[in-house]
Amino acid sequence: MKHRTFIWFILPSLAAMVLFIALPIFSVFTQSLFVKHDKVLIEAEVCGPFGCKTEVSVDVAATAEIQKEKPLGKFNGFNTYTNRNHLAVKEVRSAWSEASSVAQFFGALLNLPFYKALLFTITYTFCVTPFVIVLGLFIAIAVNSLPPLFKGPTIFMSLLPMIVTPLVGALILFWMTDAEGIIGSTLQRIFNDNELSLKASKTLTWIMLMVYGIWASLPFSFIVFYAGLQTVPEDTLEAAMIDGANRWERIRYVVIPYIMPLVVFITLILLMDNFRVFEPIIGFSAQANATSLSWIIYNDLRGGEIQYFGSASATSMLTIIGVGLLLVPVLIRTWRDFNAKSV
Amino acid sequence: MFQFKSMVASAAILIGSATISYAGCGISGGNVSILANDFPALHAVVSAAEACAGDGVTISKNHTKEHNSLQVPGLTANPAEYSVVVLANSSLVPLMGEGLVRPLDDLVAKHGGSLQKHQLVTIDGKIMAIAFMANAQHLFYRSDILAKVGVEAPTTYEEVLAAAKAIKSAGLMDHPFAFNTAPGWNLGEEFINMYMGTGADFFKPGTAEVSINNEHGIATLNMMKALTEYSNPDFLTFNSDATQALWEAGDLALANFWGTRAGPIMDAEGSTEEVTSNTVVASAPFLGDGPRPSSTLWWDGFSIASNVSDADAEASFIAMMNGISREMVMANNDLTVWLIDGYKPSATSAGVTATAANGAAPYPMLPFMGTLHGAAGAELSEFLQGSESAEQALADIEAAYNAAAKEKGFLD
Repeated sequence: MKHRTFIWFILPSLAAMVLFIALPIFSVFTQSLFVKHDKVLIEAEVCGPFGCKTEVSVDVAATAEIQKEKPLGKFNGFNTYTNRNHLAVKEVRSAWSEASSVAQFFGALLNLPFYKALLFTITYTFCVTPFVIVLGLFIAIAVNSLPPLFKGPTIFMSLLPMIVTPLVGALILFWMTDAEGIIGSTLQRIFNDNELSLKASKTLTWIMLMVYGIWASLPFSFIVFYAGLQTVPEDTLEAAMIDGANRWERIRYVVIPYIMPLVVFITLILLMDNFRVFEPIIGFSAQANATSLSWIIYNDLRGGEIQYFGSASATSMLTIIGVGLLLVPVLIRTWRDFNAKSV
Repeated sequence: MFQFKSMVASAAILIGSATISYAGCGISGGNVSILANDFPALHAVVSAAEACAGDGVTISKNHTKEHNSLQVPGLTANPAEYSVVVLANSSLVPLMGEGLVRPLDDLVAKHGGSLQKHQLVTIDGKIMAIAFMANAQHLFYRSDILAKVGVEAPTTYEEVLAAAKAIKSAGLMDHPFAFNTAPGWNLGEEFINMYMGTGADFFKPGTAEVSINNEHGIATLNMMKALTEYSNPDFLTFNSDATQALWEAGDLALANFWGTRAGPIMDAEGSTEEVTSNTVVASAPFLGDGPRPSSTLWWDGFSIASNVSDADAEASFIAMMNGISREMVMANNDLTVWLIDGYKPSATSAGVTATAANGAAPYPMLPFMGTLHGAAGAELSEFLQGSESAEQALADIEAAYNAAAKEKGFLD
């Protein structure tokens, strides 16, 4: 394709990407560099149904005056990124110099909201992703070898977790694992322990969230692999059979190499998705034991009556950087394969 | 003010009874648009206000639990998307801080003849909101269970612990107590309520500098921890809906709930006769020999947007005055604790009234209170799970508050 033709060809999608992806990210980045102007505080008498009291309040007129000059707010540089509620540079440094052991340092580090969330986010991403890929592949191979009569219904059933709205799926499981729910009370009976609660223990909550994560994204990898399996050439498989390869060897040496590009594709998508884990935390009301970067953003914007746009923007930028770092190895690999092919 | 107000929509009290005609509101014309939370008492108010529509007056409404997140964007637009916002103590201050609601002095002078003085919320001498109902968290107890273990109704949290212990050792219930301890807004509110009972201030007087890392803070946290030990191990997922369900299932004997839950709990729906007939509401308990009950008083009221024309503002005010009329209260007396003339206290409102009578303080109307509330709600779960000391938890709250308050321009 000529360069000129190529440019015209991708121009519409390029324009859409700039308009709907690049510009918003740039605006979020700009916002993350600013905080609110210093409020002018005065003491004023506040009266209501329950009496009067002299309280500190904001001098609205004086504050609006400052706001008018610089509507974006006070320039704060990267201070929002480094403050205690984000990267906590100062706190991490002092934890490092004060800690007498590595364990103590990590204890102090994980007491900080950002690192606590990061640990769960990374653990979730690296536990759920491989499980979803391996299980998805095996389910796809198993379904592929079913007699045609059963294939349709099985595929439909396997896709159910993806059809159910994530929040609804999470809520159903949440109620089942309640101490009064079917799974929760059965576990209590099995272990004969009335205090056993899947929601109270950190470890069990993490396992529950990850099991949910695997359950919810399994259909995606399954259906992609299943589609891929339909294109594996029959003659190569037959040749392998003639060479005496058993079923496992055919999968290992023919099927898997053939669908490797799909594995890379699914890994990319899953890493991005899982790093942004959010719904299960809300659905399972798990924020006491597990928080993620996306949850922090949500909490800044919807957690209470006050919205922290600068803070949420900074966490958003850090999440984008996190996704970028995760994808680098996969992208390098794809790039190398691409170059190798084009030579 | 959201979770606790998320009154289960199934609340049996239908507002169909509010079909009294309010003919002749005397509005010459204009657009009224109301943003409000979504629960029966507010439906009654807004429906009554809606009766003024017609003759050149259009009235639209939006009842949503997401009202808090719509307030600032909805009122910032010029002209504002909503001419009336129904709000509470905590949400008025942030809106005022942005200059989004207007002083109501002239409108009150002209059309507010039926208002009582205590309904006027004034800040620095200017009327900024009209309050019409009150709410507070207070004690709920099961008289039959307490009678079985021979314990009097508790008036302090120490007595609540003793009663819970007696119920547990009598083998009646494993987890007799509950309060709304889900991290976030609910847990923050429980912390503020309990700390209120110590009588201490949250901030250094006259400043935005937080000071809770002291003996009052530690006493507050230790009591919260002691109470959670009589709570179901799932307590860190408890919001008002979850705890109400536990109460209605007969799994609780003592609890600290919002006053607006009394109606739905005591009605015939969702529970057994045994539970509903033995449920009693009482004042929020004291913390030790503290000076006031461990609770905060809340009001719900309305304000008028700054960014609407004066004519629309006047129409909105008149419509809302019809919404909070004496007739509306008489038709909907038991929905909540009305602050309006004509209200008759009922069995479900006794808890809020008793809490107020015992001298509970209102939720502080400080511009940075919401920031502290959020920090407390986010930083307490480790302590309650036993993996952190009270001092560390308080230090974490202060650190989280300081970072957030700097972003909001309250601290340098």
